[in-house]
Amino acid sequence: MISIGLEGSANKLGIGIISHPAPGKPALILSNLRHTFNAPPGEGFLPKDTAKHHRSWVVKLVKQAMAEAKVSITDIDCICYTKGPGMGAPLQSVAVAARMLSLLWQKELVGVNHCVGHIEMGREITGAQNPVVLYVSGGNTQVIAYAEQRYRIFGEALDIAVGNCLDRFARTLEISNDPAPGYNIEQLAKKGKVLLDLPYAVKGMDCSFSGILASIEILAAELKKNPEWRDPITGEVITTADLCFSLQETVYAMLVEITERAMAHVGSHQVLIVGGVGCNERLQKMMGLMAKDRGGSVFATDERFCIDNGIMIAHAGLLAYKTGFRTALEESTCTQRFRTDEVFVKWRD
Amino acid sequence: MSVQAPPAAIPTPSHIEPPNPSHPASTSPLPLPPIFQHDPAPPQLITQGAEALLYRTTYLLPSIQCALKYRPSKPYRHPILGARLTKHRILSEARVLAKCRKEGVPVPAVYGLDEREGWLMIEWIAGEVLRIKLNEWLKQRKDEKVPEERENAPDGGRIHEGLHVLKGLMGRIGSAVGRMHGVGIVHGDLTTSNLMLRPRSNDTAEGGAGDGDGILDGEVILIDFGLASQSTADEDRAVDLYVLERAFGSTHPRAEGMFSELLAAYGKSFKGANIVLKKLEDVRMRGRKRSMLG
Repeated sequence: MISIGLEGSANKLGIGIISHPAPGKPALILSNLRHTFNAPPGEGFLPKDTAKHHRSWVVKLVKQAMAEAKVSITDIDCICYTKGPGMGAPLQSVAVAARMLSLLWQKELVGVNHCVGHIEMGREITGAQNPVVLYVSGGNTQVIAYAEQRYRIFGEALDIAVGNCLDRFARTLEISNDPAPGYNIEQLAKKGKVLLDLPYAVKGMDCSFSGILASIEILAAELKKNPEWRDPITGEVITTADLCFSLQETVYAMLVEITERAMAHVGSHQVLIVGGVGCNERLQKMMGLMAKDRGGSVFATDERFCIDNGIMIAHAGLLAYKTGFRTALEESTCTQRFRTDEVFVKWRD
Repeated sequence: MSVQAPPAAIPTPSHIEPPNPSHPASTSPLPLPPIFQHDPAPPQLITQGAEALLYRTTYLLPSIQCALKYRPSKPYRHPILGARLTKHRILSEARVLAKCRKEGVPVPAVYGLDEREGWLMIEWIAGEVLRIKLNEWLKQRKDEKVPEERENAPDGGRIHEGLHVLKGLMGRIGSAVGRMHGVGIVHGDLTTSNLMLRPRSNDTAEGGAGDGDGILDGEVILIDFGLASQSTADEDRAVDLYVLERAFGSTHPRAEGMFSELLAAYGKSFKGANIVLKKLEDVRMRGRKRSMLG
């Protein structure tokens, strides 16, 4: 069976085509295209501009994806699109495109939860069986484990998402949004040495990032005022790289801690990291050290699958389609709020 | 006599490959601080929690059992950050436990500590973690549905009694959490893994016995105050309840409907508890909002 997936819940427009051969065989990725809307440094992406970006690229990308996959319209079994969660305007643009394809090609629609898409794609690619999932992106920070037909959220950020914290800090320092603010912070952090004191806000399996963002912004303002600022202990000059380093070390330690807490709680030894922040190599390394201490292992994917993409929507949608799930045209809405645990996971035991 | 305290059995499931087979010892916890390496009966590793390794050993006399909580430095964490957190958490845990003891909240007693070495020695609590007990109980009733709506089912008798037992337990948890909040402590990590059921020493079987199997009998003891702090803010108390509510729902989805019983008992447990319950609604809304963006 073959499905096409359309994703556009944030600033990436992704189109992917996947094939599920016989049961038990790994899925085949026929094409996986993405086009990203990047705001200029110092700015975030606005819903209006992002929606416009998606509208102007979606047809082109679908055509290209079909050509690359070497499939014809008759080969496609269903059209999967992101129902939510995400930003309203971009979600709507993509849902309209999905409906159009559905009417044009006479194919049924499948609305997909974005977070479940990430989890299922991560499981498919890495082969992780029943891991604790850390889902970290610009909009979500969740520690998830599967139980009784649902992906249950054990911990999450109580205020802003970790990716949002990183993105906004990048804006403060006017770090480029290309290819991604988080990636540029990661490169800068590699040159950092001094660990500055930041709040550490873990509450059980939940955590909070807004206080950290406020603190690092104060430190950034201080550095701008006083470029000669030195670390009182080592006497080293403090740089922008040190700010990035301190921010990463602190927030990733928090994420690893809440993940470890969930692992201890549910008795799991596997971790799967998904979502845009999941391609950060420092986070992956820290998670690996933690998992090793627990006699377990960490699974992560690269930017093709970590960062929002169409293939994960096609994959999760096709899993649901095979269990008989359909989204009627009249119900093919999208929603900004759509919790991971609202989805009934019929395709797992 | 071996001076090394080899951590006896770290649970490593056979189906998972060790991440680095060339260093087989790397999956074992670090050795304990030297002070614990001279005991003829080395501390026995009980469990590897998220932050701490829990050992069973003895205190002063071979007959007095105690729990040794050791927080080794985490390889993933920057050493400065790690030292800061360990020191803060051990000292605050001891402080909070002392305060709870003083006020009569059911928690283990503190025997000793060293915040630089990263250990805390506390009273050994007999019994089992509530998560395990509750799952055992729920498993026995796998075919019966737990939520309230079944209360009036025609075959009500046995189920009704079962529900009565579960309600009693939820009430005891609610009261214990309420008493802790009432004395100005918030736990910071309330889950059913951080609550113990201690069997009552004398067989009076009060306030818990019902349908005879007695799985859910016992006194609720709060443990693991590693993330606790002193606070009387309604916001902090509400977040504490929210953390428990969510952990409860995801760990025991079958019994999720009974959480209201816990909250009801909590509401009666101290002055101002009802304000916290109102605040909990706000915190829930905020938590839900978190699902907005992808």
